[in-house]
Amino acid sequence: MAGNLGSEIRRIFDNMEYGPAPESADVAKKWLSQHKDSLGHFINGEWVKPENRKTYTTCSPATGEALADTIQGEEEDVNLAVSCAKTAFQSWSQLPAHTRARHLYAVARNVQKHHRLIAVIEALDNGKSIRETRDCDIPLVARHFYHYAGWAQFSDTEMREWKPVGVVGAIVPWNFPLMLLTWKVCPALAMGNTVVLKPATFTRLSALLFAEICHEAGLPPGVFNVVTGNGSFGSKLALHPDVDKVAFTGSTPVGQTLRRLTAGTGKKLSLELGGKSPVIVMDTADIDSAVEGIVDAIYFNQGQVCSAGSRLLVQENIFDDVIQRVKERLKHFRIGHSLDKAIDMGAIVSQAQYNTIKEYVDDARATGADVFQPDIPLPAKGLFYPPTLITNVQTVSRVVREEIFGPVLVALPFRTAKEAGNLGNNTNYGLAASVWSENLPTALELAITLKAGTVWVNCHNLFDAAAGFGGYRESGFGRDGGKEGLYEYVMPKWERTIRQNVDIDIKTFGASFGSGTSPTPGQGGPSKSQLCPNGKQQPLVDHTYKVYYGGAQKRPDGCYSRPIYAAHDKQTIVAYVGDSNRKDVRNAVEAAHKAAPGWGKRAAHNRAQIVYYMAENLELRRQEIAERISLLTGKTLENSFKEVDLSIQRLFYWGAYADKYGGNVQETTLYGCTVCIREPVGVVGIACPDEFPLLGFVSLFAPAIVRANCVVIIPSDKYPIPALDFYQVFDTSDLPAGVVNVLSGNKDHISKYLTEHQNVDAMWYFGSAEGSKFVEFTSAENVKRTWVNYGKERDWMDQDQGQGEEFLYHATQCKNIWMPMGTTFSN
Amino acid sequence: MAYNPGMELDMGWVNGAVVDLPAVNRRAATLLTKRTVKKSWQAAWLLRAVTCIDLTTLSGDDTVTNVQRLCFKACNPIRQDLLDAMGMGDYGITVGAVCVYSARVKDAVQSLKQAGGAAIPIASVATGFPAGQVPFETRLKEISMAIGLGATEIDIVISRDLALSGDWGKVYEEIKACKAACGENVHLKTILGTGDLGTLTNVYKASLVAMMAGSDFIKTSTGKEGVNATMPVGLTMVRAIREYFHKTGFKVGFKPAGGIRTAKDSCAWLALMKEELGDEWMRADLFRIGASSLLTDIERQLYHFVTGRYAAAHQLPM
Repeated sequence: MAGNLGSEIRRIFDNMEYGPAPESADVAKKWLSQHKDSLGHFINGEWVKPENRKTYTTCSPATGEALADTIQGEEEDVNLAVSCAKTAFQSWSQLPAHTRARHLYAVARNVQKHHRLIAVIEALDNGKSIRETRDCDIPLVARHFYHYAGWAQFSDTEMREWKPVGVVGAIVPWNFPLMLLTWKVCPALAMGNTVVLKPATFTRLSALLFAEICHEAGLPPGVFNVVTGNGSFGSKLALHPDVDKVAFTGSTPVGQTLRRLTAGTGKKLSLELGGKSPVIVMDTADIDSAVEGIVDAIYFNQGQVCSAGSRLLVQENIFDDVIQRVKERLKHFRIGHSLDKAIDMGAIVSQAQYNTIKEYVDDARATGADVFQPDIPLPAKGLFYPPTLITNVQTVSRVVREEIFGPVLVALPFRTAKEAGNLGNNTNYGLAASVWSENLPTALELAITLKAGTVWVNCHNLFDAAAGFGGYRESGFGRDGGKEGLYEYVMPKWERTIRQNVDIDIKTFGASFGSGTSPTPGQGGPSKSQLCPNGKQQPLVDHTYKVYYGGAQKRPDGCYSRPIYAAHDKQTIVAYVGDSNRKDVRNAVEAAHKAAPGWGKRAAHNRAQIVYYMAENLELRRQEIAERISLLTGKTLENSFKEVDLSIQRLFYWGAYADKYGGNVQETTLYGCTVCIREPVGVVGIACPDEFPLLGFVSLFAPAIVRANCVVIIPSDKYPIPALDFYQVFDTSDLPAGVVNVLSGNKDHISKYLTEHQNVDAMWYFGSAEGSKFVEFTSAENVKRTWVNYGKERDWMDQDQGQGEEFLYHATQCKNIWMPMGTTFSN
Repeated sequence: MAYNPGMELDMGWVNGAVVDLPAVNRRAATLLTKRTVKKSWQAAWLLRAVTCIDLTTLSGDDTVTNVQRLCFKACNPIRQDLLDAMGMGDYGITVGAVCVYSARVKDAVQSLKQAGGAAIPIASVATGFPAGQVPFETRLKEISMAIGLGATEIDIVISRDLALSGDWGKVYEEIKACKAACGENVHLKTILGTGDLGTLTNVYKASLVAMMAGSDFIKTSTGKEGVNATMPVGLTMVRAIREYFHKTGFKVGFKPAGGIRTAKDSCAWLALMKEELGDEWMRADLFRIGASSLLTDIERQLYHFVTGRYAAAHQLPM
């Protein structure tokens, strides 16, 4: 022990600084050198390196050091991978559930076996800290496989109404390269699908390593394939005709592009997109714990987290105190190389991302915001950005509205819990939120109020395989994790795969209105029956069907009507019905939104009673409505009675579900309670099929409203009258105004404006292939949830097709609320 | 050493305190995974930990013999050859204090004098340690007697019965009386008996009340409760210290005690102080670790650092 050591120890003893605590990169370097620092695709259980591909050199963001070459795939690589996956699907989907469970279990075990290697690779390649890959990312990967091994085991019991969709194309981002791919792969494989995955360009290594590990774990060739390439390569994967489902996590703009690309094709799609999640701190919070929660919320993974709590909302009476404490906390931050075990933040993933972050912060500074960054050392080299807190900003500020995807927090005060909820929801996004309060009623009410797929109470950024994760609004649709995550990878057993390409002109589709529908004198009218009370002849009271919204019949805005003809004689006009236009859509959507909060707060029992009451009132008019169905459609009276009776039965069926699908307790690793609440989607636009004018109508609005949605519904445009007769059923059944709004007219015209309406949360369309494409394409704008039939009829009389879990899936969205518990720490 | 004059009891402040146990647990668990020291840093930190130890014996069978042995160890906590090898041989490394029962203070005074460590503070537990279930007058008397015998620091226990019944006014009055009994030159360390307090919110409140009453240190436990110095409890108390400092400007020290046995633990506690309070709170005037067997483990670790070999217990003086 030389003198140098002595002086070093003395120096440290005096200043009590931290020293370097590096994790060795040897294990990762060894794996890379086994592959000569050059990696291909992993397809069908082997490495595939086609000739003449361009390469992409992946680098460590912490140092800029090159790690390995990967290849930029081309279309034929996608074709190869998809065809292998398709072949593998034949046998994988037919394996006994238990066998698939064994495979998933084996992957989990092998991930644990290689825990250290994966953690080091991930940290090196992404720039995130080894502590996070070691303690968060990789344990969650293994946990996911264990959890979904269980769902594989149960696939033919718990999911017996469903079947796999086929080949899944998964596209995942760079922020949690391995963890997020696992979120797609686990449920997909568990349900019997096979997967072709494209990792993000910046972070390809862990996915490739993982593919090799899966192979080693005995996963059959072709079941899980990894191909690398650029963004347009990802589009090729998504568009490949044999890819049956696209699962995407990433930015909202790319998600929107994928929605448009796949519109109308029949491919399933789930999107987990961006966020601007609020962290709400009430004055009843444990403030010091909230400050740590803020650190977890926004500085975890350098803020490159879709659920990052990037908007801090603090009650005004503690605002200054909280800001002061956050600033002090940030002064203790340590930033450094991803393999240093004692850092809080590592490097930003890429120069481009770094520039984006810097540009946002510079812009905020230039527009007068207060930007705080602690005076802490940053490594001289590498893409390091300090933790940043921005105050003196308002809801109009760009940094408050837009997702930055970096370690940048904006803070705003609020006055009351109500205002906190309003501010929290004042965003296009809806991925996550956290609420900090020791007051249970406050915390729970806010958790319910916030429009987000995950709400953490007194914590932030906790994840587990048993709880679904995913967004409301422009944060996407579909869930990763939990049982709810399975539905993204299955289809009803009765359904056949649809794959089609439909050409439509998005600009002109459904745009024309009123032409040829307006009644003109001489065109004819409904037959003029006569009544003879007391021997005196007089005409029937004129009955004109109006449109129905806000609980009342309204004359259509355009004052147009359209004739509805009898089936036996295309000349006989049975009635004129209102022809709705975009202003009627506007009014109806407004009425629906007005009704929604009250309808949602009603006891489920009450919603059930109303729907049962509808059944009661419908039965009173059984004869009349059956006759009208027969007159309109030409069905036999017997079949028309069947339709009415089944509609009554279906009202009972959905009335029964009003209080039996509220959610469940998720068995996560949390000590406490994680509750999945199946919330309403919101205001749902529904276009009814022409087949079964009454039953189709009832089968669609009933599941929506029992699950507390409000609907704007377009009855069959050929046979709208049975639905319009329902106005009186609604009115006599105590249905609150605005819960069901009915707009008769041209289905595609009304659908166009419903789908284009930014305040409609979901669109269900049962009509043409063209209309289905239009709805999916147009919904990309605000990332609406859609449910379309691609022009294929279903048999609404059939129980499997006309009711069931599929309807509940579309009528609800899962919100997972995490509530840690405990005050007892000792005896 | 810093001195805390205390303040009027502010019940608004006390009653507003609230601590979220799950969140504290999470921070406590991750704090230790976020910070670690290796190699020379570890050695230097361990030496610093040594200087913060209140080397303690509090047993029914304590006699002059083991107190004497304890005092000699207090003056020579790490083998001289190891210190020399680390270039710290002339630094005068000793523990922070010795801590004994009031009946053993006299033995400690004599032993430290013999060992050449008269400057090492002697802490005496008092006030009916560990349960505090003796009449208040005798508790005060014990303080005065211990000081008379040569104690320079007094570790008192609060009345957990008063704390549990929420009678913070009475708790405050009692500690204030103890502070008065200590006077300005004897440091008052107040043991909260956190394992008996039921909730971390109570721990936080007790911390505030103890500081308002003038405690120079707040200390987790006697070592005799079911749960002693755990990280969540420590985190709660240091947060209270931080808030008290921000509001009053007075620095109060922290002493975790009970169950701290490994060298690794001692670095973790130092890291807690550094992260939550700052470097100033990593020195013996504001940080102590109440421990008996901890020192042996630190010495073993330093032996390994110097020699590269793991020591046998018999190679280090007990």
